[in-house]
Amino acid sequence: MVGIGKTHFGAFPDRDLRHLAVEAGQKCLEDAGAKPEQVEAFYLGNFAGPEFVGQNHLAPYIATAMDIRGVPATRFEAACASSGSAFFHAVSAVGAGLYDIVLVTGVEKMTSQATPKVAEILAGAGDCCGEVKAGATFPALFAMIARRHMAQYGTTREQLAAVAVKNHANGARNPYAHMRKVITMEQALNGKPVSEPLTVYDCSLVSDGAASVLIAPLERAHEFAARPARVLGIAQTSDYVALDQKPDITTFSAVREAAQKAYRMAGVSASDIEFAEVHDCFTIAEIIATEDLGFVEKGQGGPYASAGCTALNGSRPVNTSGGLKSKGHPVGATGVAQICDVVLQLRGEAGERQIKKHSLGLAQNLGGSGATAVVTVLSAA
Amino acid sequence: MMTTTTAIPEPKLEQTRLGPGDGEVYTETVVWAAPQAYINEAPYQIAIITLDAGGRLTARIDGERVVIGDRVVFADFRNGVPFFRKAQSRIHDQAGG
Repeated sequence: MVGIGKTHFGAFPDRDLRHLAVEAGQKCLEDAGAKPEQVEAFYLGNFAGPEFVGQNHLAPYIATAMDIRGVPATRFEAACASSGSAFFHAVSAVGAGLYDIVLVTGVEKMTSQATPKVAEILAGAGDCCGEVKAGATFPALFAMIARRHMAQYGTTREQLAAVAVKNHANGARNPYAHMRKVITMEQALNGKPVSEPLTVYDCSLVSDGAASVLIAPLERAHEFAARPARVLGIAQTSDYVALDQKPDITTFSAVREAAQKAYRMAGVSASDIEFAEVHDCFTIAEIIATEDLGFVEKGQGGPYASAGCTALNGSRPVNTSGGLKSKGHPVGATGVAQICDVVLQLRGEAGERQIKKHSLGLAQNLGGSGATAVVTVLSAA
Repeated sequence: MMTTTTAIPEPKLEQTRLGPGDGEVYTETVVWAAPQAYINEAPYQIAIITLDAGGRLTARIDGERVVIGDRVVFADFRNGVPFFRKAQSRIHDQAGG
């Protein structure tokens, strides 16, 4: 990784999807000291541009607006793991020697639609013949996961709320975050219900935003201006889309498998990972991520969160950016934004939220209720 | 690496046509923030039911709220969506003849 670039995340009524994507891409090229004509392929992650803003054929639409012309420009869709998937395929292509310099951008423009319409569009990442038809939203799917996790492992409302409180505290220190607001445990426990037992404080934000990374082979990293970061291991995996087809909904087997593959490729184990950006689309998802990534035993994610182990000053900080909860969750941008936030820590450029041990980090991006997972292990080059 | 298939089979077609039969609540939630299509029905309860006949499905709960482990009986299909009701207890069934 030889460059990163992000827009602010938030609600931007006067900015369209292309504008956001171009800003992130240009910032990334600037960070790398690279020119658009050096880019040999453009990989775009976007979940629902056609539904949110009515625009299709997005990859060349955005690439040309950045003066990237003539090269392969392709959109990847894997629900909330769209740009994680674009990143995985871009890294694979560079690793295979197809290209040297590839720009990966993730973007989503969500706030131009009213909340019930947003819920309906996002529900398209679920099984429309079953769970969605029965009235499930994404908060409802993760609420059912939370209920089951609580029943099987004794996870509590307070443990869920601890994730929200911690992520808001981190996000308050992130100038690019959507909601830079510290919240109290009392607030988190008394939020308006969205889908029981989840309240608004358990749910990530509906946001606009974009993020980009520039990829090059390690031996060419010195040609670029920014301090490079290295992909030590990466894997993308898949599983059932419908929640009711999974044997056990308290774990995402795709995440477990992706983590094991990525650890093996990197030659590391879970205990070596110093910090992580995980996919906290809902508070329960962060708790399950810490279990599936092997940071704690199955069922121990709740106590792990409430004990402060994942806080900025904890033994293994999780979501130092504020996570999807506070940083924001423009779904198609999230996977690449997580990579950017890991790279900021690796470079020691995370400002007020910089952690002390920052040589080996991980990003975990989840699509839908676990049908796609991408796990990336990163170090300073 | 080969992994064992642990997929839960989907309900058989004939079961679906006659109704999926009875089952037990595997998990549930009450939806307050509904999608556009169901906005007038919120709050409503949905659940994943482990069917006696095998497999699971996502359904709506009619009437009394249920919790994990409750027995439920199939009520009907409404616009293709299966609705279940909380089963009356055995003692109640006997008392009621």
